Amino acid sequence: MSDLRPPEFISWLPFYTLFQKEVRRFLRVASQTLVTPVITAALYLFIFGATLGERISVLEGFSYAQFVIPGLILMGVINNSFSNAASSLFMSRYLGNIVDLLVTPLTPAQFIMAYTLAAMLRGLAVGVVVWLISLLFAPLPWAYPLTTIAMATLASFLFAQFGIITAIYANSFDSLAMYTNFILLPLIYLGGVFYPISILPPAWAGLSHLNPLFYLIDGFRHALLGTGDLSFTTAFAVSGLIALALFAWAATLIARSYRLRT
Amino acid sequence: MITPALAIHELTKDYDGQPAVKGLSFTIAPGEIFGLLGPNGAGKSTTINMIAGVTRLGGGRIEVFGFDNCRDYRTTRRLVGVMHQEVVIDNFFTIDQTLKFHAGYYGVRVDPAWRQMLIERLGLGPHLHKVMIKLSGGLKRRFMIAKAMLHKPRLLILDEPTAGVDVELRHTLWEFVREINRQGITILLTTHYLEEAEQMCDRIAIMHHGELIALEATGALVERLGTRGVIVHLRGPVEALPTELLAWGAQLDGGGRTVRLTLPPAQTTGDLLDLLGRCGMPVADLETKRAGLEEVFLQITKDAPANGEYTP
Repeated sequence: MSDLRPPEFISWLPFYTLFQKEVRRFLRVASQTLVTPVITAALYLFIFGATLGERISVLEGFSYAQFVIPGLILMGVINNSFSNAASSLFMSRYLGNIVDLLVTPLTPAQFIMAYTLAAMLRGLAVGVVVWLISLLFAPLPWAYPLTTIAMATLASFLFAQFGIITAIYANSFDSLAMYTNFILLPLIYLGGVFYPISILPPAWAGLSHLNPLFYLIDGFRHALLGTGDLSFTTAFAVSGLIALALFAWAATLIARSYRLRT
Repeated sequence: MITPALAIHELTKDYDGQPAVKGLSFTIAPGEIFGLLGPNGAGKSTTINMIAGVTRLGGGRIEVFGFDNCRDYRTTRRLVGVMHQEVVIDNFFTIDQTLKFHAGYYGVRVDPAWRQMLIERLGLGPHLHKVMIKLSGGLKRRFMIAKAMLHKPRLLILDEPTAGVDVELRHTLWEFVREINRQGITILLTTHYLEEAEQMCDRIAIMHHGELIALEATGALVERLGTRGVIVHLRGPVEALPTELLAWGAQLDGGGRTVRLTLPPAQTTGDLLDLLGRCGMPVADLETKRAGLEEVFLQITKDAPANGEYTP
């Protein structure tokens, strides 16, 4: 029999391993997690860039394709950051293999950061590929490149938190789908991906300001195109506060092992 | 004084107001094989889950090699390896990948020699690159033992490790458990195979309705509570049994030539022979069969009151 002395403890390794496992999980099913969302975005680009986009103009100085591309990129980031965290954590709870983590020295902070970073990575990877495909349809000016990256990173972080929270509260696949279909999708589609809020009637435009996605999408588009309805300060402040609130919520749930430990 | 491998103090847990574990206290010495037995719903798995960190403590305290498993959880979880009763696997990955991940979750680099030993002893070698979903039930069990031991725990918890596995694998697993125990790993196990518990465990605790109703050395428990069945073959037939034998529950059989009875715990075979001699019943032959842990277990759980307290 081999040496039974316990090996040296490396305190960051539990975090790194969980992050690595989460990344390998979505890479293993890349056709679902990476290719499908990219094809969806490419179809949108084809419809709005090469066909309808020729006949629509919503923002002076830009084609419709240029207007819609930032929204489609961010939609990919948001959807995939959310889905990665939500589906992975929910499946672990549902199948019971979450106990493999609960019995280990993984801290709550390591737990939440590993799920968050893996979700952000998938979301941003999809965003980058959608952007690369969009180059076939219309170039973007990249007016504020660092702000663009910061906005996309913030969006992926925010929706990773929302995904973690959803995974903890969901009781079944049905309820998980409910969060996606009745909360996430309406927020995305009514948040200004396909049209500027400024063209809406005043009442609807006012209502749109209650949609947190509006601030992310407008800020991201502003950074890419150089023009938007909101200032960067407003877009970052509102999105940042929402992200912090969701992070605090998710962190509290994880720290208390809510619905994870019995 | 030697620090116990596991010390449980006044442990409690309830689910929606229903008590599952009620004031449980016991200790396990380093190097021991300790059996935690009880009927379904006795609170064994809840107790094990509280030790491992899957279930929050309702009340009380758990110490693993002197470390509090709430306050010092990063230390205690490294000291404990647990094989759960339910087969827990991640269908996305192969055995090889999952073992690597599992060591990482514990914050350790895999010791290649230790990993190889586990793979060889548990017969996982030919299946290392198969995804979990393609493994048989027995292989999943073997994999779960390897997973529980990969980080070299000092206390290994096995919750029904041989449930649903074939006889050959069961023997292999127990042989392996004995071997690692000889190397110094403390074992806490639950099993429904009481004969195995009797052969494997140094001490046995029996839980019932969330409480401890027995805890002592396996041999002493069987000796103290185990009854003995006796068959007496008489030299000649008798028509009826004397009152003293009837009081012991004896029955006449074999045309009046055979007496069958269960010796009460306070009586010896010598007492029986004396009695038969006094009653003028010469003995030709005598067979005795000592009841094992199974009978003790059934007797003790049947007799235990729902709110009874264990007095060592």
